[in-house]
Amino acid sequence: MFKIIERTVLSANEFQIWLAAPRIAMKAQPGQFIILRINEYGERIPLTICEADATAGTLRIIFQVIGKSTAELAQVEVGSTLLDVVGPLGKPTVIKHYGTVLLVGGGVGIAALFPIIKGLKQAGNHVITIIGAKTAGLLILQEECAHYSDELILVTDDGSVGHHGLVTEPMKKVLQRGGIAVAWAIGPSVMMKYCTQVAMQFDVPIYVSLNPIMVDGTGMCGGCRVMINNQIKFACVDGPEFLGAEVDWNSFIQRMHQYHPEEVAAYQAYQVRQVH
Amino acid sequence: MGKRSYNKTPMREQDPAVRQHNFKEVALGYDLKEGRLEANRCLQCKDAPCVLHCPVMIDIPGFIKQIKEDDMEGARKILDRYTNLPAICGRVCPQEKQCEMVCRLGQSKKFEPVAIGKLERLVADWALEQPNEVTNITQDKGKVAIVGSGPSGLTVAGDLAKLGYQVVIFEALQLPGGVLTYGIPEFRLPKQIVQKEIDQIIAQGVKIETDVVVGKTITMDEIRQEFDACYVGVGAGTPHFMEIPGTDLNGVYASSEYLTRINLMHGYEFPDYDTPIQPAKNVVVIGGGNVAMDSARSAKRLGAESVTVIYRRSQAELPARVEEYHHSVEENIEYSWLTSPVEYIAGDQGQLVGVKCIKMKLGEPDTSGRRRPLPISGSEFVIPADTAIEAIGQGANRILLDTFPELVTNQRGYVKADERTCATSVPGIFAGGDIVTGAATVILAMGAGKIAAKEIDEYVQFEKASTTV
Repeated sequence: MFKIIERTVLSANEFQIWLAAPRIAMKAQPGQFIILRINEYGERIPLTICEADATAGTLRIIFQVIGKSTAELAQVEVGSTLLDVVGPLGKPTVIKHYGTVLLVGGGVGIAALFPIIKGLKQAGNHVITIIGAKTAGLLILQEECAHYSDELILVTDDGSVGHHGLVTEPMKKVLQRGGIAVAWAIGPSVMMKYCTQVAMQFDVPIYVSLNPIMVDGTGMCGGCRVMINNQIKFACVDGPEFLGAEVDWNSFIQRMHQYHPEEVAAYQAYQVRQVH
Repeated sequence: MGKRSYNKTPMREQDPAVRQHNFKEVALGYDLKEGRLEANRCLQCKDAPCVLHCPVMIDIPGFIKQIKEDDMEGARKILDRYTNLPAICGRVCPQEKQCEMVCRLGQSKKFEPVAIGKLERLVADWALEQPNEVTNITQDKGKVAIVGSGPSGLTVAGDLAKLGYQVVIFEALQLPGGVLTYGIPEFRLPKQIVQKEIDQIIAQGVKIETDVVVGKTITMDEIRQEFDACYVGVGAGTPHFMEIPGTDLNGVYASSEYLTRINLMHGYEFPDYDTPIQPAKNVVVIGGGNVAMDSARSAKRLGAESVTVIYRRSQAELPARVEEYHHSVEENIEYSWLTSPVEYIAGDQGQLVGVKCIKMKLGEPDTSGRRRPLPISGSEFVIPADTAIEAIGQGANRILLDTFPELVTNQRGYVKADERTCATSVPGIFAGGDIVTGAATVILAMGAGKIAAKEIDEYVQFEKASTTV
């Protein structure tokens, strides 16, 4: 049983929780994730570890409500518990001194990007960060990203703050300046796909963090398989980070939609139950 | 005593027309009267061959005699000496290849062997209905960690607890049992039975910590610091794929995922449980083992109209249990022998619409002694399918091995361990079950567990004691 210590509403549909998981907090490294299950009837859902406090034994998780389980998680109150939390899973990001690095985050992906920004800054890199969201209110972790970045560029789809448009536009400008050793992009799959194309134009290696459908998260089912360089890899044990240039994006995006009808039905049924 | 029946006492089963729409257990078990009738068929051989062909060497004539004499408690006590999981083994052991294969009664042309598995199940199920005996063994001989709560880990744990050890099992999933919980379906092995049998092991003082991935949540170094010895029983759960074109299409599953969604996550009870499983009309299952049978029969129960098992050899080579094959045929599962998939065909939304197959013929025997299947060129044909399930085998679970390179593995990626002692390349670390042998049977994993428990006891009492003084 894993206790919820703190819960914050970040925006209309983004939430932050701190939960007690001492063993995981001791081991977590940037780029890793947990799998959690709310209750006996729950499904196992993967969420990136945004921050781990080894001393307090707590994990910070930021998530967006997109369906039944995340909606239910957003309702879990401080002091109550989650039935299962497993981790830290996946391979950690390789944090070292690269020189100048470019990090691009989109939407709730900024939460997954943040520990990498922090790790790279602490490893002595010159960090340029671009974070984007639909609108100003959804641009999470601005101050914290700024704190660990040498340069921070904000982007919104509607222009309500920072650059008006998509993250790929300022990304191009930064890459044109030259000198970027390596880049990361974490966000919606379509965003990561386009960031990869931009980085490839400039011959800059770019890492992406894939978020396919998972069940166990320990390499036992192959549900999260992705095609990397035409080979089957399991995102949960071989990733979740891969070189964007090696990802078969069409196949990856297609597989994300496998359970769409069931997901919609489950969410609608949950919303109806919440109202009554 | 009446005349010995030629045939095994039949066990009542759910009607095939009914059971192919539910996940309830197919075989309903003997009652005490049927059990006594069957027990009467046993010849009570001296030097009984059945005992030698049981991997945990249960005193089979002994417990059968107790059933005959209506002493169920006595029968249970005999089973308890040899096995921690009789209700499970009575159901899922391939008895036709073990104890029952050598039964002397069955050796005569006229008689079927004694239904040893069904009798074991009868005693075990009876025992699970009796009040739990709480054993009060002082557990002060040492601390042993067990990685993985499948059949071998549970066996080691139960035996070491009885010997007076403090035992902690670390399990990565939310429930213990390994393949008993996520792999073998409810209709063959009810999860309530698995839980009850595990509860009995817990009642002996074994502690099970779920949600712990050894190598990630805690390391082997930490385990070695805290415990006197460790048993690695992490199994062979990494699915293999055929890697033919279209493997990434929606609707293509590894049997591991398909069965995990159904068994562990209750996908067949969606939306009461949150984990979905794709509804299917036409299903193709690839493979011929028990896992293929389990997948095919599960797909039928989820409402598929047609389920076809394709197997690259012929019926004679089918590795699955005969009983399960018969059950599947009764449930309208179809078979396409000498058939192998070559490509998954995509629809316009990236979903599976058909499996392109090729016919095979049998050539010369290969290293396994079975005739090698060879493709017949030009024989390709398409089976329409919206779901394909690959049940072609699994490899070693990697997480622990990747993070503990000191543990020597063989060319196939399994842990190198002495067959007679379960000892690995690292002193104090023992290993057994599928992580050593590759995917095998529940009872073989238990057999390894029995050996390991004895060896771990020896190691902690003598070797470790002498090296640390």
